[in-house]
Amino acid sequence: MDMKVAKKKLALKEKYRLLTRDLGWEPTYQNKDEIYPYTKYEGIRIHDWDKWEDPFRLTMDSYWKYQAEKERKFYAIIDAHAQNNGHLHITDARYLSALKIFLQAISPGEYAAGKGFARMGREFPGVGTQVACQMQAIDEIRHAQTQIHALSNYNKFYNGFHAFADARDRMWYCTVPRSFFDDAVSAGPFEFMIAIGFSFEYVLTNLLFVPFMSGAAYNGDMATVTFGFSAQSDEARHMTLGLECIKFMLEQDPANLPIVQGWIDKWFWRGFRVLGLVSTMMDYMLPKRVMSWREAWNIYGIENGTALFRDLARYGIRAPAGWDDAEKAIDHMSHQFMLGLYQWSFGTALHSWIPSDDDMAWLAKKYPDTFDKYYRPRWEHIKKLKAAGTQFANYGLAKLCQTCQLPIVFTEPDDPTRSAQREGEYKGEKYHFCSDGCQHIFENEPEKYIQAWLPMPQLFQDPIGGDLAAWMDWVGLRNGKDNGDFDGSEDQKNFDAWRAMATSNQ
Amino acid sequence: MSTVFIALQTNEDTRPIIDAIVIDNPNCTVNRQPAMIKIDAPGSLTVRRETIEEQLGRAFDLQELNVNLITLSGNVEEDEDTLTLRWNS
Repeated sequence: MDMKVAKKKLALKEKYRLLTRDLGWEPTYQNKDEIYPYTKYEGIRIHDWDKWEDPFRLTMDSYWKYQAEKERKFYAIIDAHAQNNGHLHITDARYLSALKIFLQAISPGEYAAGKGFARMGREFPGVGTQVACQMQAIDEIRHAQTQIHALSNYNKFYNGFHAFADARDRMWYCTVPRSFFDDAVSAGPFEFMIAIGFSFEYVLTNLLFVPFMSGAAYNGDMATVTFGFSAQSDEARHMTLGLECIKFMLEQDPANLPIVQGWIDKWFWRGFRVLGLVSTMMDYMLPKRVMSWREAWNIYGIENGTALFRDLARYGIRAPAGWDDAEKAIDHMSHQFMLGLYQWSFGTALHSWIPSDDDMAWLAKKYPDTFDKYYRPRWEHIKKLKAAGTQFANYGLAKLCQTCQLPIVFTEPDDPTRSAQREGEYKGEKYHFCSDGCQHIFENEPEKYIQAWLPMPQLFQDPIGGDLAAWMDWVGLRNGKDNGDFDGSEDQKNFDAWRAMATSNQ
Repeated sequence: MSTVFIALQTNEDTRPIIDAIVIDNPNCTVNRQPAMIKIDAPGSLTVRRETIEEQLGRAFDLQELNVNLITLSGNVEEDEDTLTLRWNS
């Protein structure tokens, strides 16, 4: 008898259909608008949620299987790192500053993204969207946890790692990414998806994770490259979710286009400002560098971004409003930000330094139009001051941008010799901005941004009252250990002493 | 034509996968960087399960790619036999 044998394995599409089947039931005793109260006020029109499909079609059984595999790999390497003096295998202790920025400023962002996606998994009506957001929520929490675990090994030996949770809320350079994530999480669900799913994941994380993590490997940091690539293996899925979400909105109704474009403009610029930190990590804080910030931007910003926006042009999307200003900033931002970190190094829970002659030669080669002309002379001047025993420090309070919260350290797009500052008034109060992009964002939603908590005004409030030592206590900064010039720091001395012990029997 | 790419960790799991991608996409360019490999291709790139299985010598579930994938670019289309990245312009 010719019997039809049941297929042993379900096809991917069928498996995914079964996973999501019956999850999207029609409610009978509650109104859909009351179950999902936040999906309409932003103005986005959705006609058919079933049109949303996750292109990876990842089902829960596969998700747990592959995530478990990633975790096993991760913890095997973290154990090996701890058991084999991994903290002494990095190129030199300057590299630690990049890790401190990562832990203080970026890992808490992963956690915030986890909270955001947990909320979106509840608020979106579509089943495909709910499943994808819930998986991403779990991913983001995993990223925060694996990063904290991996870097806790460094905390056993070096300064500046211990108070990252306080730093996240209170330290001036950490409020930049914090305000980015707070802004996203307090937006509506569709704007959140553009902010994190699209702008952050698709347009920007490649710059944050890929060349920097490859750089971590180049600098011998087994722990960071492991959490970095383990996290990034989830990002491919996140990026795809972000891109699918944007296409879904644009395909559902042509009226969505101007709203979506406005969010792309806003969140590209918000993200670009956060990348100021990353540019400095890449150009200055990796002792051995795989590529410069400019080279990374050419690949992941220009080439990939142009391809993306060309693809979306069929829906009427154009490149973000700040695209040209971003391009003009690329050859300047890492230098301007590192000069900022150095002049305020008494107030950073990481070390900065004057680049060596060798480093300056590399920077000049990578930035032929800007470094020797604008930045080498400043470093040489700062070097002279230090040699004379009068290290340059700026104890004045920085003017902060009300939107991105960065100090005014960047210059005019068309004149790198002039600080960019903008000013606006709202309800009789004066507000400051670092750029046209940030000013426009504020002017579109002033009621949101006037509520921003800014680290500089806090200095004059309880419990600090304008006292620098009280501020250091409050942010968890141990003066003389966590802050200041790398040259002469405990981290530098300990690393050199311990590495010498590891290679001799004396 | 816009470039699509896929980046994978450098390890023993990905060696046969990369070989398979190169066989199926003769136009692609393989960039080797510390700890990672980035494969660029003009317009589109296809990863085929069968070719990976031939290189690997065992059955392979395309979703295993998730374990060692670092990043990708382009619109994704996936079923059990192929994963395609494509820009529509």
